[in-house]
Amino acid sequence: MAAPLGLHLEFGGGAELLFDGVKNHHVVLPGQSDPWNMKQLLAWIRGNMLKERPELFMQGDTVRPGILVLINDADWELMGELEYQLQDQDNVVFISTLHGG
Amino acid sequence: MCQVEEDYNGLECKQEKIPVPTLNRKCVKCKEGSAVLIIRVSDAFCRSCFKEYFIHKFRAMLGKNRVIFPQEKVLLAVSGGAASCSMLSQVIEGLSRDAPKKLRFMPGIIYIDDGGTCGRSQEERQRSVDQLKSIFTHTGFPYFIVPLEQVFGLPSSVLVPVTSDPDQSNPSYKHAVDQYIREEQKLTVEDKTSAVARLSLEDSAYPPEHKLALESLFSSLNTLTAKEDMLHTLRQHLILHVARENGFSKVMMGESCSRLAVKLLSNIALGRGAALASDTGFSDPRFGDVVIVRPMRDYSSKEIAAYCRMFHVPSVFIPGLETKAQDKASIQRLTETFVTNLQAEFPSTVSTIYRTSEKLHTVKPSESQATEPASKCLLCVCALDTDVDKASAFHATLVSEQLSQIKLQDVSHDALRCAETQCCGTGGCSSNRAPAHQDLKTLLCYSCRLTIKDMGSVDTLPAYIISEAEKRRKRSLMKMEISEYLLEDGD
Repeated sequence: MAAPLGLHLEFGGGAELLFDGVKNHHVVLPGQSDPWNMKQLLAWIRGNMLKERPELFMQGDTVRPGILVLINDADWELMGELEYQLQDQDNVVFISTLHGG
Repeated sequence: MCQVEEDYNGLECKQEKIPVPTLNRKCVKCKEGSAVLIIRVSDAFCRSCFKEYFIHKFRAMLGKNRVIFPQEKVLLAVSGGAASCSMLSQVIEGLSRDAPKKLRFMPGIIYIDDGGTCGRSQEERQRSVDQLKSIFTHTGFPYFIVPLEQVFGLPSSVLVPVTSDPDQSNPSYKHAVDQYIREEQKLTVEDKTSAVARLSLEDSAYPPEHKLALESLFSSLNTLTAKEDMLHTLRQHLILHVARENGFSKVMMGESCSRLAVKLLSNIALGRGAALASDTGFSDPRFGDVVIVRPMRDYSSKEIAAYCRMFHVPSVFIPGLETKAQDKASIQRLTETFVTNLQAEFPSTVSTIYRTSEKLHTVKPSESQATEPASKCLLCVCALDTDVDKASAFHATLVSEQLSQIKLQDVSHDALRCAETQCCGTGGCSSNRAPAHQDLKTLLCYSCRLTIKDMGSVDTLPAYIISEAEKRRKRSLMKMEISEYLLEDGD
């Protein structure tokens, strides 16, 4: 069993409205045998953190188009998007670039 | 560590998307720094190259379209969002440089508080305003925080486009810049800052009846599409008024490339195709004395969001009419969803639409047309596109609208009223609407007609619109009466 993973999540550009208006979240993901990847993180967020309107944040397995994801201040496209394996104390930022939250 | 994505291609057929290799991609520009952001389809930039690229694009946009002259007063329309705040930071950056190519205009900031339209409470609005105020005071520019309720106190001169005289006294751009550089040594710093600082205004007071009037106006509009359209129009009028009152000759709007692409398509869907060039182009000269420019039109929303995050540009998210709306709640929302989703699969969508919009040009109106305020739409001040002859598609829609209403009401209408209200010319007026609707319609372009059609009651419109409509109606009546005595242009 791998150790639990501590992450710092931030939501901006209106995405925070879906999380009770709180922009900064410090979460601890439970330990599991395989390392956590972004896909699992998103599923975890949808299950545990999203208060309302999941379709405004996610579309299927990935984030809704129009939401920019930065991992440690770098574009997630450079890190492999959903396949990126999270490390302890990573900083993941979700910024909505759209109108509707 | 991270997996390499070589086998990604075989699984899903996203043809347009090129599989991206792992970390440690080098910046395509300097080839040394490690990349932090992907712009356009596959260009990876490092942090410093991205900053340079961003700043350069802004100045290149202003330099390419030489419309802003030195010492001109420019009003920056800031909504609090990432795009307008990054525009503000670019202006600050550009004005502060000591290089000979620094920007040379005098900015002011305006923020329109439209919390009244979406039911925000007074405390929430005040909180957002306070946050914005701290950003604005930090810049040192004069700022105007104007609640949308003040639109009910506007004079009707707002709707009359002022024709800029085709004067030759306006020097060419290069000449103006040279002249400014020569004179600059004489002006001290105190002169410049004091002239601008005196304008700082914060007039957020409005009487409670205006608040009620705004609420009733927006509740009389049935669809979100019409509400957004009306909000946009009222905002334009208010910004124009403040600009005129305080001597600003240019207004900068922070619309990004992605937003403009969505706006282009949704405007076509709304029936505003005739005004596309001015609605989405770099400069919008429809008001005459005040020109609206869009310097951010080359930036995608991803670039703007990444810049704001990486370089700590302060911005305030303010919920609006469209926040948390369903995907299909309005035409604008639907188009935005469509374009954004398409963009995810085909990353060249937005830039293609943008390039198409660049090819549209505004036609300079002929002299006689420009001086006639009646030939402009009452609300959006673009050229009237409903003034066409009987063989047009527009005319066909009017006829079918009438025919569908003939059956519903009895035919004994007041013939005199018919002649007065000047409906479409076929002579068979049988509109069952209140005459007020019909009056207003003849003064509006096609898409503004659709917005007004959506209104329950036209009386909720602000007084300045109604009085200007009355004035134009009377004038055209009078013109009709004396028409046989008027000399035509050809005589």
